[in-house]
Amino acid sequence: MDCEKASYRVYHYLDGELTVWRRWTIKRHLHRCPPCAKGYDFEVELRQVVSSKCREEAPPELQRRIAEAIAEHDRAHRHDPPA
Amino acid sequence: MADQAEFAELAMPYMSALYSAALRMTRNPSDAEDLVQETYLRAYRGFGGFKEGTNLKAWLYKILTNTFINSYRAKKRRPDEVDLDDTEDFFLFRRLGGLEAAKAERTPETEVLESIPDEVVKNALESLPEQFRMAVLLADVEGFSYKEIADIMDVPIGTVMSRLHRGRKQLQQRLWDFGRERGLVPPEPAPAPETAGASGSGG
Repeated sequence: MDCEKASYRVYHYLDGELTVWRRWTIKRHLHRCPPCAKGYDFEVELRQVVSSKCREEAPPELQRRIAEAIAEHDRAHRHDPPA
Repeated sequence: MADQAEFAELAMPYMSALYSAALRMTRNPSDAEDLVQETYLRAYRGFGGFKEGTNLKAWLYKILTNTFINSYRAKKRRPDEVDLDDTEDFFLFRRLGGLEAAKAERTPETEVLESIPDEVVKNALESLPEQFRMAVLLADVEGFSYKEIADIMDVPIGTVMSRLHRGRKQLQQRLWDFGRERGLVPPEPAPAPETAGASGSGG
């Protein structure tokens, strides 16, 4: 496998979406090619950073709002026949 | 009528995750809250048809996505989303001098990533065209598989893969652009160096 192919496949590898054979070939390439391995490590790190920095805590009152909306819905449909 | 207690127990733990996604979609806290509330109400109404043992989280995200696309988005005027030209793989890593550093056995600058403020990452993701943004959000923030994303977005898996590929590259470009605007990354190496005004803040 050449570096160009590896750099494309590395994303699928990181996504856990490659077949066993392709996983093996890319692992072998990363093992043999330090620059690609560094690139891979960087992508792993980048994904963790994106994931952790995009997390939000929902405002506390949102849960109460949702519970109220559901209770209101139930009150409005109390006499409906079961679906 | 669905069982309120059962629904709350199963579905409410996903509230913050759904809110995070809603915020990236709407880019506005008040709209995000409305979107999440509407999602839960729709989920509650449809809970009778939800099959136990299937993926509740993916089901909730599908409702969130549909609610956003069908009823919410149409009402809002959106800022321009600029589709960037395609770039090479490992864009950010290369720009940060990573490949050169790797060849020279130096530590690549992964610490630059950690130093990027949350707001910059959020803005970079939110600046992507919607279809790319949704794919990247579902895969890289929420950890859904290609198949789950295909189901949530109602597109073929091949489409998910191409949106992810382009979306991730564009995200890297945005991070680079935003990082440079804020002086977080060193200026691009050029034969005729400009006034190097970037100064590290030290620790």
